[in-house]
Amino acid sequence: MILSVRDLKVSFRTDDGLVRAIDGVSFDLAESEILGVVGESGSGKTVSLLAVMGLITDPNAVIEGSIRYKGRELVGLPPRELRRLRGNEIAMIFQDPMTALTPVYTIGWQIAEQIRAHRNISKSKAMERVEELLAEVNFPNPHEAMSRYPHQLSGGMRQRAVIAMALSCNPALLVADEPTTALDVTVQAGILDLVRKLRATHKSAVVFITHDMGVVSELADRVMVMYAGRIVERGSRTALFSDPRHPYTRALLGSIPPLTGAKPRRLPAIPGSPPSLLRLPQGCAFGPRCPVRYEPCLTGKPDLGAATHAAACYRVAQA
Amino acid sequence: MIYAILRRFGQMLFVMFGISVIVFLIFFATPGADPAARIAGRNASPEVLEAVRHSFGFDRPLYVQYVTMMEKIFVTGDLTSFVNRGWKVVPAVMDSIPVTLSLVFGAAILWVVVSIVIGIVAAATRDSWLDRLLMALGLLGISMPVYWLGEVMNLITQSRYHDSWAFSWVPPLGYKNFSDDPKGWFLTLVIPWITLAILYIGIYGRVLRAAIIESLQEDYIRTARAKGLSETRILLRHALRTSLIAFVTLFGLDFGALVGGSALLTEVVFGLHGIGKLTYDALQNLDLPMIMATVMYASMFVVVANAVVDFVYILLDPRLRTS
Repeated sequence: MILSVRDLKVSFRTDDGLVRAIDGVSFDLAESEILGVVGESGSGKTVSLLAVMGLITDPNAVIEGSIRYKGRELVGLPPRELRRLRGNEIAMIFQDPMTALTPVYTIGWQIAEQIRAHRNISKSKAMERVEELLAEVNFPNPHEAMSRYPHQLSGGMRQRAVIAMALSCNPALLVADEPTTALDVTVQAGILDLVRKLRATHKSAVVFITHDMGVVSELADRVMVMYAGRIVERGSRTALFSDPRHPYTRALLGSIPPLTGAKPRRLPAIPGSPPSLLRLPQGCAFGPRCPVRYEPCLTGKPDLGAATHAAACYRVAQA
Repeated sequence: MIYAILRRFGQMLFVMFGISVIVFLIFFATPGADPAARIAGRNASPEVLEAVRHSFGFDRPLYVQYVTMMEKIFVTGDLTSFVNRGWKVVPAVMDSIPVTLSLVFGAAILWVVVSIVIGIVAAATRDSWLDRLLMALGLLGISMPVYWLGEVMNLITQSRYHDSWAFSWVPPLGYKNFSDDPKGWFLTLVIPWITLAILYIGIYGRVLRAAIIESLQEDYIRTARAKGLSETRILLRHALRTSLIAFVTLFGLDFGALVGGSALLTEVVFGLHGIGKLTYDALQNLDLPMIMATVMYASMFVVVANAVVDFVYILLDPRLRTS
């Protein structure tokens, strides 16, 4: 296992009391595996991975549980040690390539900066490596691109530069936070191809955060669906898409227009909106929006269980 | 590049022309103020008034007077004061320039260096006691009027504690030429530099702290953290650079104004006969030629300072470079 997260809880101290953004998330990630993390905005998918990266800088955040990277506990690791891992063994790609790069430095400089932060090599050697990396992420003219500033590149090109940067130290784990959301559909396809190719060439495990079921169905080996800070369903891609068990997963899949068969008159939507983390309902957080809820859902929080394909739902446990 | 310089130059000429016309017209259009009556003094007889009017050329059309004055400033350089006849205005301004430049340049170096350090330290330790202390001191610096602070400085260094070891090196008030006595030049200016800089250290330190804290919220700072860079490097290389733009803008405005004569209070308190003092005295006696000359000089510096600021912008932010 590259990454093993157990009972991760992230809370924020606010004026209205302690808000629990992540409530008991556990998952494993094997070498060169792609894990898709799906959920609405505010479901906690980004926060849980920022916690893995040690990138929650808010002094009011409280992180509990265990995050083991190659057997090494990351929670409570001194910042210095964590920094040595970050960018080196664990790299991250962010959602918006427009703002993810420092505007006043060339992309070559920024990538070389990361290499030189972790490897003891000369500037010119680092620059050679940058050129290779940019070629690898399909820059048409890598040598010229090195001396470009972020604002001189298109969104897709910037995201490629960010990916090249993330790959610069051959990370064993790559966290991609909605890397395609801010891009055109055609550019998205290119980036997805790239991630798939890189998994093969760099043998990195990838955690791919998205709210796009289509992207997950193309890319992921395993999928994790999150709702209100908890994992509601987990399973292999094929199992999850052919046999969605949690009512929320079903509803998500049901809201995608079918490519075959009769055209639905109206796409089904999930009624209501995600609960505020400040006022989570008693019992199952999805309960108020759930079409199949019954008495146990009002009081108890269903567990996910240990099965490979599991859903945190009393209805499923019952069946 | 050449085009940019020429454009700046044209802009400078335009600004100077506009300002000169306005100053000129205000002088003549000030209600109830006949310049001849002012020069001739109270209870002058009509004959004397007439003579004065003729002698200063006030009986000629305004545009002729304007052109003559401009010619005397810029071409022949022999414009004389209306108040002390025969006192050449242009050399007087030239003599005052080194005083003001010495004062303002020294203070500017001091305030830029110190406020950058304060801004960075405060931003890096934000919400700690050190940050609060620095910001409180900054506010104190901003709140102290420079004429008061200058007098207190004089009281301490020239009078009360002058004989102690701490301030016995402070020379008497006044300016010493750099070419005659570099050490004296430096020593006489130390206290004025500190006095003038304190206000700006307070302002700039606070502005820079706010700008750095704002840019620390940016996405690219998160990227920099994800790269595994040290906090120091993130602060100095990624946050500071983009934060300096507000700082430079402010600096251009303040520096131009100070060189143009806004350092008046400091000059007066420390007996430095610079541009500010010269302008102030000229305004007291409504001495148009002197006002005109100092204002021309000041507007030139404001435009030059702005040009330098634009140039620094381009160095700081590649997005402003257009190829």
